[in-house]
Amino acid sequence: MSRLDNAIHELNHIEDVAGRDQWVNNIHPLVKLALTIIYIIIVVSFGKYNLSGLIGMAVYPAAVFILAELSFKDSLKRLKVVLPFVCIVGIFNPFFDRIPIYNIGSFTVTTGMISMLTLVIKGVFSVLASYLLIAITTIEEICFALRLIHVPSIIVTQVMLMYRYISMLIGEVERITKAYSLRAPGQKGIHFKVWGSLVGQLLLRSMDKAEAVYESMCLRGFNGNFYYSEKHKFVMSDIIYFAVWLIILLVFRFVPIVRAFGYIFG
Amino acid sequence: MHMADALIVPAVAATMYVCSSAAAAYSVKKVRLEYEPKKIPVMGIMGAFVFATQMINFTIPGTGSSGHLCGGMLLSAILGPFAGFLTMIGVLLIQCLLFADGGLLALGCNVWNMAFYGCFIGALLIWRPIMKSGMSRAKIIVASVLGCVITLQLGAFSVTLETLASGITELPFKTFLTAMQPIHLAIGLVEGLITAAVLVFIYEARPELLWGYKEEMQKKPALSFKTTLVILSVVALLIAGGLSLFASSYPDGLEWSIEKLTGSTELEAVGNVYERAADIQDATALLPDYAFKDSESALGTSFSGIVGSLVVVAVCVAACYAFRFFRRKRSVAS
Repeated sequence: MSRLDNAIHELNHIEDVAGRDQWVNNIHPLVKLALTIIYIIIVVSFGKYNLSGLIGMAVYPAAVFILAELSFKDSLKRLKVVLPFVCIVGIFNPFFDRIPIYNIGSFTVTTGMISMLTLVIKGVFSVLASYLLIAITTIEEICFALRLIHVPSIIVTQVMLMYRYISMLIGEVERITKAYSLRAPGQKGIHFKVWGSLVGQLLLRSMDKAEAVYESMCLRGFNGNFYYSEKHKFVMSDIIYFAVWLIILLVFRFVPIVRAFGYIFG
Repeated sequence: MHMADALIVPAVAATMYVCSSAAAAYSVKKVRLEYEPKKIPVMGIMGAFVFATQMINFTIPGTGSSGHLCGGMLLSAILGPFAGFLTMIGVLLIQCLLFADGGLLALGCNVWNMAFYGCFIGALLIWRPIMKSGMSRAKIIVASVLGCVITLQLGAFSVTLETLASGITELPFKTFLTAMQPIHLAIGLVEGLITAAVLVFIYEARPELLWGYKEEMQKKPALSFKTTLVILSVVALLIAGGLSLFASSYPDGLEWSIEKLTGSTELEAVGNVYERAADIQDATALLPDYAFKDSESALGTSFSGIVGSLVVVAVCVAACYAFRFFRRKRSVAS
């Protein structure tokens, strides 16, 4: 089951990169979360024909990739989850929206082609922004930021627990499916006769595990709430980082700055 | 089914965030009222369980393809609608952050399309009425299949509405809908059967784990397992028959739409078409008033625009590299 291996590998990889001691990683998580959301909102707010404005938005992912010293290659495989559906939705635009705008030699560029390209670029940028958030911020820090904006503790706590147990359960599923495939060689998936018992057994075991986890949490004084250390306090550099990016993003959105550069160099 | 950020505009995203937050606030209130601190770890582990089991491929008999488990229905059958809904929010958040399945901005839409329908409609309007007078294998199968099919249909319908409200696709509403609904009907049937198999196993092994199970309500099932299977197959056949009729008109519908919409606009020099093209040129060209030297062509204008964007990005990238270089130097020096 390569899918399960991939998932475990991806989880470990994200945890490794997010836990590094880089200066970008040490910025307040709320600042990074807010910037990511603002960036995605600005990206999707571009009109469907505003290709040139959208290209300028590459500045944020490009800069963070370099500042955080992240590998661009690692982020590419995340695109394959999102792009197919985005492409299916956008692929019809060139067929329905066929107003010609430019001619490059004998090739006619139509409005539909521009709108499809814009849609795909929006998809790529928003996925990259989410990847950058998770690659420079741990899940615990994101949960801390969510608590700061008053997301109910019940949601945040269970997200943290879920994250902690995902790798364990994926590992368990991997062992079960491996054992099954060794006993049923040449079979593509799980036979319908054992659908219920195979997953059901795992479910019962997980429920028992949840009980044991709960008991051990109680023994350590759990009363329904998690407490966070005072590690994260807003410092001047957080505010400067946020302000600088906010200004850059707004300038790129509303001021035709790229036009001026285009004039100078084009 | 997971919507990406690119498929929606901020207004639609905000509306769906408001709707989903309202449902979440209500669920949090309900779960707090129950006051079962034990439920939080169970929710966390069940979320991780759904996450992990969605990666298992189940072979669909008679076909070469495989199906997956339906999270919303399974969670609400075990945790109840409110805790199930909150758990699904966690699953969707982690899917979007760690595996890029869905998006941060589209989270409100995804929570609504998958968690709200799956948990609220699936548990409160389907599971609970069916289990009103006691549980049985047959009832669990009927509730799971019906629940998955109906909630997936509602979810697919919402995806269509949200995408169209965002003005992302040029596909006509009807065409988009006729492409989305039948696919999700098939997916719903398979997911329902897998979910039913798991829930029936739990019912036989540890029935007290199921939501709404009360021992004193249990009585002999009115329908045997075989009778239910026969009824379900007949229903499936009828649905499939209806679906194929529906589906057969789909390619024609699409062809008709393409011909209708594109045939008439083929490079015609009608006044308003030119006007629209000019507007779009203004929007896409970075230097609408400037062009190459001695050239007034639209191509030149837009080319300089794109060059402009790339140059700005390149300048920023270079600045970042410089920043990193000096930072490193400083840290080495210190």
